[in-house]
Parts: sequence; structure tokens; C-alpha cells
Amino acid sequence: MRDNLYLQIAAVMAPLSLIAVGGAPAIFAPMQHEVVDVRQWLTGREFVEMFAVAKFAPGPGAMISTLIGYKVAGWIGALVSTLALFLPSSLLCMAVARAWDKHRGKPWHKAVEEGLSPIAAGLVFAGILALFRLVDSGVLSWIVAVVVAGVMTWRAKIHPFSLLGIGIVIFLAVAFARKLV
Amino acid sequence: MNTEKTTAAVGLHQIFLAFCNIGAFSFGGGISGLIHREIVHNKKWLSDTEMLAGLALAQVVPGANVANTCVYVGQRLRGVPGAAAALLGLLCIPFFATVFVYLMWDQLSAIPMMDSVVDGVAAAAVGLNLRLAMVGAQRSFPKIFPMLVMAATIVAVGVLRWPIIPVMAVLAPLSIAYAWPRKSADA
Repeated sequence: MRDNLYLQIAAVMAPLSLIAVGGAPAIFAPMQHEVVDVRQWLTGREFVEMFAVAKFAPGPGAMISTLIGYKVAGWIGALVSTLALFLPSSLLCMAVARAWDKHRGKPWHKAVEEGLSPIAAGLVFAGILALFRLVDSGVLSWIVAVVVAGVMTWRAKIHPFSLLGIGIVIFLAVAFARKLV
Repeated sequence: MNTEKTTAAVGLHQIFLAFCNIGAFSFGGGISGLIHREIVHNKKWLSDTEMLAGLALAQVVPGANVANTCVYVGQRLRGVPGAAAALLGLLCIPFFATVFVYLMWDQLSAIPMMDSVVDGVAAAAVGLNLRLAMVGAQRSFPKIFPMLVMAATIVAVGVLRWPIIPVMAVLAPLSIAYAWPRKSADA
């Protein structure tokens, strides 16, 4: 019966892995539908809480799959769920990356890389806009992001921990200031 | 800019540890910036161009973009074992940390001003991405056409929120065609 549950988890997560075009945000809705409405493994509230936890904890947002697996079937469930969500797409990506690497050194290969680089930069910018739409803390978030990017430009050796610390200090300072006023 | 780097064999354990580090510090979606910083800037395992091409590829292939980026980097460095080491490294700390946070969630969310801490971390993580975007922008800076392509990508995906695949299907061929005759100019 237990094995059956692991299989069920894998059966939910593995297809989601392959339809996540554009990344994890693309599958939160179908994932919620599957685990809340169809299988009824968790309530809508629990799903939203797990979404918040996955956003708060380190790692990709898709780690919500780990939590769903854990809730349904403990640590092994968490492992099965994580692997089922990450492995299929990773194998596909692996195949594409290998095919791509085979042609390294050819002139057109370099042209393709050069051509993709402004698009990648644009996608990173677009991702920043999407993230800020999500967090909704407005001007302050922009200030922190610009300060951090600036510090990285001038103090190249700084540890990521210090960079995250800059964000915490600025946000806490503003929160304290608001309380005092 | 060094775009034609020959990569000396990087140890699998080095790949694993580098991505453990990335996984442990990846908060609030700023992971691409962190990967670029660690792999290109600190370790100098890949060039900026290779990294940016990998990021574009990672977004076109389905799956979590960060995981795909790891697979791309790992595969580039050490083939299949390298990709496995990178992915395992990325996920191992978050795997336990996420469940730990879930179990402690009630206590954690009761800490005063926790919201500010979380928002601060998320904004700083976005700063890492901003730095990466700046590196990408600098690469195309003096050339008008790549800058137009970048601007078009931002507007289409970031502002109009069009899906990535059709946008790339239009922009990528144009941008690659532009890069074609310049293939030796940058070496």
C-alpha cells in the first residue's frame, strides 16, 4: 500500500516536470489542482502555506514538491517527490546540453551563443520584474537590489551572506523607523 | 572578454561543493545571479557568454530553470557525472532545510519582523540577478542591435508577459543572424 503511495506521488510530479515550460511558476496551478482537488492529499490552505515555506527556505521554488511528498509519505515520500519533479526535466536538459556541446568549436556554435546572450540578459531582467511583482514591497526592494548589485560591482569578493545581510539590515531599519514614527 | 576558454578538468567533488554552496544561499529566486557569481566570477569555470547561453537554454527546456542551469553547467564541465553532481549539490541542503522550515513554520512566522527579514533577503537575492543582467547588458552595450533584442525581450516577457518560447522563436533567429558574420570579430 505504501509503495503504491510513492508511485502515486511520482505519477503526479513526473508529468509536471515535463510541462514546466518557463520554470516552476508554470506548474503551481496544475500541481495545486492535482494534490488538493483531485487527490485531496492536502487542503488549499496547506498548499498555500507550503508555497510560502518553499519561498522562504533556500532552494528553488519547486522544492514545494519536497514538502508535498513529506506530508503525504514522510521522508521517503519527500525524496520520491523531489526526484520525480526534478529528474525528468533534468534528463531532457542533459540530452539537449550534450547535443549542444557536441558542436562546440564550430563557428556557428559561437554565433548562436553570442546571439542568445542579449536574450538571456533580457530574460533575467524580465525575471526581476516578475519577482518584484510577486513580493510587492515596491521602492524599497528596488533600492536594496540596486545597492546589492552596486556592492557586487565595486566589492567583487564579498560573500553572498553579506549581500543578503545588506537586504535584511535595510528592511529591518525601515521597519523599525516606521514603528517609531 | 575571454569567450573561448579551455576548461581544465574540474573535480566532481568541486562541482558538488560549489552547487551545495549555491543551493544553501539561494533565497527568493535570485539563484541565476548566484550561479553566475560562483561559477563564472569566482571559479572562472565558464565564460560569461557560455553562462548566458546556458541560462537561455535552461528557460527553453521545461523544468525548474535553476535545476536546468545546474545541469547545463555540470554537463559542460564533466559530462553526465558532472551534471549529476551539480544537481545533487544544488538540492541536498534545500531538501532538508525546506522540510525543517516547514516543521518550524509556526515558530518562525511568529518571530517579530520576520516579514522584513524575508523581504530583505528576497530583495538582496534579486540584486544578485540584477548584477547578472548588468553583465549581460554590458556585453551588448555598444552594439545597437543586441541592445534592441534585449529591450524587446524585457518588454515582451517582463512587461507584456508573453510566453517565453514564441518570443524566443522570433528573437533568437534574428539575434543569431546578427552574430553570424561577427563570429571572429570578438575572439
